[in-house]
Amino acid sequence: MDELKLYTYIAVFGSFGMYFAIAWWARAGSTKEFYVAGGGIGPLQNGMAIAADWMSAASFISMAGLIAFLGYGGSVFLMGWTGGYVLLAMLLAPYMRKHGKFTVPEFIGDRYYSKTARIVAVACLIIASLTYIIGQMKGVGVAFSRFLEVDYGLGLGIGMAVVWVYAVLGGMKGITYTQIAQYVVLIFAYTIPAIFISMQLTGNPIPQLGLGSTLADGSGVYLLDKLDLVVTELGFKEYTTGQLGNNANMIAYTLSLMIGTAGLPHVIMRFFTVASVKAARSSAGYALVFIALLYTVAPAVGAMARLNLMHTIEPAAGENLVYAERPQWFKDWEKTGLLKFEDKNGDGKIQYSADKVTNEMVKVDRDIMVLANPAIANLPNWVIALVAAGGLAAALSTAAGLLLAISSSVSHDLMKGVFTPDLSEKNELLASRIVMTLAILVSGYLGLNPPGFAAGTVALAFGLAASSIFPALMMGIFSRKISGPAAVWGMCSGIGITMLYVFMHKGIMFIPGTSFLGGLEPNWFFGISPNAFGAVGAVVNFAVAFAVCRVTGPAPIEIQKMVDNFRTPAGGVNVAQDH
Amino acid sequence: MVENHSSYWQENLRIISKCLIIWFIVSYGFGLVLVEPLNEIRLGGYKLGFWFAQQGSIVTFVALVFWYSFKMNRLDKKYGVEE
Repeated sequence: MDELKLYTYIAVFGSFGMYFAIAWWARAGSTKEFYVAGGGIGPLQNGMAIAADWMSAASFISMAGLIAFLGYGGSVFLMGWTGGYVLLAMLLAPYMRKHGKFTVPEFIGDRYYSKTARIVAVACLIIASLTYIIGQMKGVGVAFSRFLEVDYGLGLGIGMAVVWVYAVLGGMKGITYTQIAQYVVLIFAYTIPAIFISMQLTGNPIPQLGLGSTLADGSGVYLLDKLDLVVTELGFKEYTTGQLGNNANMIAYTLSLMIGTAGLPHVIMRFFTVASVKAARSSAGYALVFIALLYTVAPAVGAMARLNLMHTIEPAAGENLVYAERPQWFKDWEKTGLLKFEDKNGDGKIQYSADKVTNEMVKVDRDIMVLANPAIANLPNWVIALVAAGGLAAALSTAAGLLLAISSSVSHDLMKGVFTPDLSEKNELLASRIVMTLAILVSGYLGLNPPGFAAGTVALAFGLAASSIFPALMMGIFSRKISGPAAVWGMCSGIGITMLYVFMHKGIMFIPGTSFLGGLEPNWFFGISPNAFGAVGAVVNFAVAFAVCRVTGPAPIEIQKMVDNFRTPAGGVNVAQDH
Repeated sequence: MVENHSSYWQENLRIISKCLIIWFIVSYGFGLVLVEPLNEIRLGGYKLGFWFAQQGSIVTFVALVFWYSFKMNRLDKKYGVEE
């Protein structure tokens, strides 16, 4: 076994062993421990757990790659996936914590005094969470197959087993403490290679500053200016100004991601685990610090990876890399099919350009940038091993949070809340464990046989959460009068129109050929891409809800009193005592 | 209690509005709409609009959430509604 493989085994299985030990120590004995970790998690710890819960395989593996190839256009992900926390911290989290229940659909059911609203919320939650989890399972499979060279399916199976052990055993309590450990693993795995690369390229060890510095080659040229020059020479869009679609699309996309972030149930749930409203507010702050640590490094990783890639292929203008002399990482990724070269002009050298006719790098998958980055920059093997463990930590921590959101909405909202209210606590606990096991099997199956739409699913999950759950929660808190029927109609029309728009342009259930408006840009509503449509769906949700409320009348007076109660941190009945 | 509650809520809404105005300006304003004029200004190797879109807005978001938490803790004390 070579050195790299040995280090990777140590990093991956060492971190798994740590998660198991934590899970055994933090077993859940009651529904309160299973759903909200007993409700006594400190704000700093909760902030770390939220960060790991939130930062998925998409943040860790895909985002820097997206930025590397989109440049300025990639900013929508950076602003969208962090700006949502401002909304969450001010518009939702403190009040939902005060109300003091276990799940998001439960809050919606109470506020809108309606079992229908609760069931609709469960449906929205399951659709959004299940689409999201497929991406995590794929991330686990890819990390295993690339780094440990085991079969994709076997890697997926190992990942499923690991999540099963600590999520089913420990519930929210086990998940919280493993997420804290996973945050530490993933943030080191992300920043250490970035520090090395920033040092190499600019001499500045802080990647956020390195990105704005001059190159260390003595030329005195700023890194970003050099990058702009290199990419435009080959016909690509200028790195620091190239847009993603038009301006309206970038604004709608950012807004969709922001309100989608604020409306994702598995993140909101984490705010139920702290002891007070004050702790809910401050854990949002800590969470955003821990997230910003990765999110401000990502643009540096993206830009530097792009520059290194360009430099490898064309060390100096007009001097292209000879294919036979390509480096080892190039060969490794060619094996996975994510990197492909085709010698079109037969000169044995690699020509890379934006022109489809002469471009010989026929495939450069964006997802490989973060994983290949340490190898491209010739970093030591232990750094590469760390990146593998970090990618797995990011995927597993998010998968666990999503599984808990799904299982609690079935066992607590559907079973205990609606269909079998006389379920004992012990049986409810058993039921949520069984549901979670089933959810792991379903998501594993979907990860193994990804449906045609898997590629775009994570972005879609945000659009769905943005158009259904976020508006219902926000209206419920900021309007005392908004009524049950209004919320039900709002959620259904918001998620309905978003799905309709996506299906119109990408095919019904993403089956190619069934899209009746075509996926092409000229048909888009104001140039807004289907992934960015959640913002429009949210506006529809708000509008429909207020219209219905005007026609059918306001919420009853007890409900208005309940709203007053959860708007203030102290006073009134703390509903959490009921459990 | 009722009047007390409504003025507490009004003050909370004012703090939220201030935060969201700044939230909007740094991201949608500086990062997206005004990016081109701001790009004329440089911050080291960064064009300023690009910096807001990829760094500055995120740092501002962090500051906003902490500032909100600080202001609300003071407001809770003022109205005697802290836990």
